[in-house]
Amino acid sequence: MKQLVKTHEFYVGLILLAFSLVVGIINPSFFSIGNLFGLLKSNVVTGIFALGVLLVLISGGIDISFPAVAVVSMYMTGQLFESIGYAGPVILAFLIAIVIGMLLGTINAAIISTFRLPTLIVTLGTLSAYQGFVLTFVDTRIINRLTEPMVNYSRMEILRTTMDSGQTTGLHVSIFVYLVLALLTAAILRYTTIGRGVYALGGDRQATERAGFSIRKIEFFIYIYVGFLAGIAGILHSAHVRNANPFDLVGSELNVIAATVLGGATIGGGRGTVVGTLLGVMLITVMNNSLILLGIPSYWQRLTTGLILLVAVAVPQINHMRRARR
Amino acid sequence: MNMQGITTKRSLLQRLATRDDNLNRLILISLAIFVLMTILNPGRFATMRNFRSMSYSFPELGLLALGLTLCMITGGIDLSVVGTANLTAILAAKVMAEALPVDAAVGTVWAYMALAIVLSLAVGVVAGLVNGYLIATFKIHPVLVTLGTWQVFSGIAIVITQGRAVPGFPQQFLFLGNGTLLGFPMPLYVFIAFAIVVAILLTKTQFGVSVYLIGTNITAARFAGVKVPSVLMRTYMSSAVLASAAGLIMIARTNQARADYGESYILQAVLVNLLAGVNWAGGFGRVIGVAIAVVTLQFLSSGFNMLRFNNFARDFTWGVFLIAVMVFNYLMNERKARREAGLVASKTA
Repeated sequence: MKQLVKTHEFYVGLILLAFSLVVGIINPSFFSIGNLFGLLKSNVVTGIFALGVLLVLISGGIDISFPAVAVVSMYMTGQLFESIGYAGPVILAFLIAIVIGMLLGTINAAIISTFRLPTLIVTLGTLSAYQGFVLTFVDTRIINRLTEPMVNYSRMEILRTTMDSGQTTGLHVSIFVYLVLALLTAAILRYTTIGRGVYALGGDRQATERAGFSIRKIEFFIYIYVGFLAGIAGILHSAHVRNANPFDLVGSELNVIAATVLGGATIGGGRGTVVGTLLGVMLITVMNNSLILLGIPSYWQRLTTGLILLVAVAVPQINHMRRARR
Repeated sequence: MNMQGITTKRSLLQRLATRDDNLNRLILISLAIFVLMTILNPGRFATMRNFRSMSYSFPELGLLALGLTLCMITGGIDLSVVGTANLTAILAAKVMAEALPVDAAVGTVWAYMALAIVLSLAVGVVAGLVNGYLIATFKIHPVLVTLGTWQVFSGIAIVITQGRAVPGFPQQFLFLGNGTLLGFPMPLYVFIAFAIVVAILLTKTQFGVSVYLIGTNITAARFAGVKVPSVLMRTYMSSAVLASAAGLIMIARTNQARADYGESYILQAVLVNLLAGVNWAGGFGRVIGVAIAVVTLQFLSSGFNMLRFNNFARDFTWGVFLIAVMVFNYLMNERKARREAGLVASKTA
């Protein structure tokens, strides 16, 4: 079993490498520093979402409400900052968004855990309820002028270099936020009791309970952690696109799930790793961004994402069945 | 159900009620919403005009929901129905809006129309086959398969149209979406016809028995000699054909086909089924429940429109409503289970 997971990540890495090489040969600008830094940056928001999705998938659930959680936390923070003309350190934006995100995560967890309802259907409901709540009771206006702390954050880059074309490019600090969160998630999954509990829950619910885990505690942890990640991702997204749009992000959920599944997590639960997820997200990002470099119109994006997802779920299954037959 | 001995004591209400608890509850909810909306919108909600306008708009959602019903009874789900509807509708639209010569004779128009409809249903069959094959043969989770094929079907639709709408169909076709027959809207007939077919399939055929059996206990079904892969393939094919029919009505009503039409229908179709008492884990669900549930949702939606609620308020309410229905069903089943457990305990004592 462990070997199978290992090979899966290996294959995803290989495909990523092969695809990058092909794109790079057809269009050398793929390997320019500017493009690579850009790819890393556009990786960040999907990647942070995917870390949350990974936890949920391992536990045997599906969460599709995270983009709505991100939008609500990001937009309400944006509204608050605008109305008080906030000018302090940007960390407060993250803190507020995290609190809102964790609160919404708690609501998800409470419904799922108390009533033992299917996660897909609960989060389908909260997805629509959370976004609907903001659009009905808060506002529908897009905030185009972010407050200064956010604008300053959006410009925070290191390794700034000037390219031949005269444009400057740099590595955005968001990438380090992403890395830290990835390490944190990996550490939780590997070294903490609750992390092992997440795997156990996805493997066998009853056995987990008998082994002395509190399923309620694990479920609350998972969905609150997803809210925590979604809050951060929301603020990062807002900084990257330099606005706060309450219609944003929702609709990207399937893309994120596709990336996570591509990275080796399964819907049945019990399997999936952070490394696989990082690779899966990178592969989807590279594919989506490179269609344009390859001269393929962007309206092919949805079809290619769907095909990749189908192949990604079918291939391990076919291998599995072939092995079982032998 | 356990009232045979005390029939004389049954009240009028009890005699009116059906023997299906879920259905009774649904009818009550439906009536309550109807009365509430009538009171909130005096002189506007309970009018012939509104009834007619509602019967134009709910059939497309009803058809999508019926497809989902079949899949959910087997314990699966079909998230690709909207993608299938749009893809097949766009192909039909291409035939009628672009292949059909502008000043064609009436006979030619009918021929093209027939071709468009057959093409759309045929592609629906293929789409369902793809879903069913991946689910039944490779045993991949239906959520994953249909999530993927949803993207693929919509993706193909986007590539075909390049993101643009395909407008302009012959009058004869628009009649399907906007015409009336004996005073009733055409889409209503289409929905009723398909609902009857699905009901017969589920209750009167071997296929229907197999569908319920797979959803109740797939291992038992196998041992009982049910050809599970074949039944699952036919289930997802039926779902896709219903989606194609929904797609045809959509474009006949709006006189244009778009790749991104009605994406929110999937949430609503799931909601309709849960409201109808279709079990998400499989094994239970009735067409009559789905029909009442879809009409109930239409009451809510029309009522909200009249109250000048915006769409976002509706999204919010539906999300909350979906969870409320699930929680309510959970609590009722819990109570029932406890009561039955109590009955067993008192008998053994």
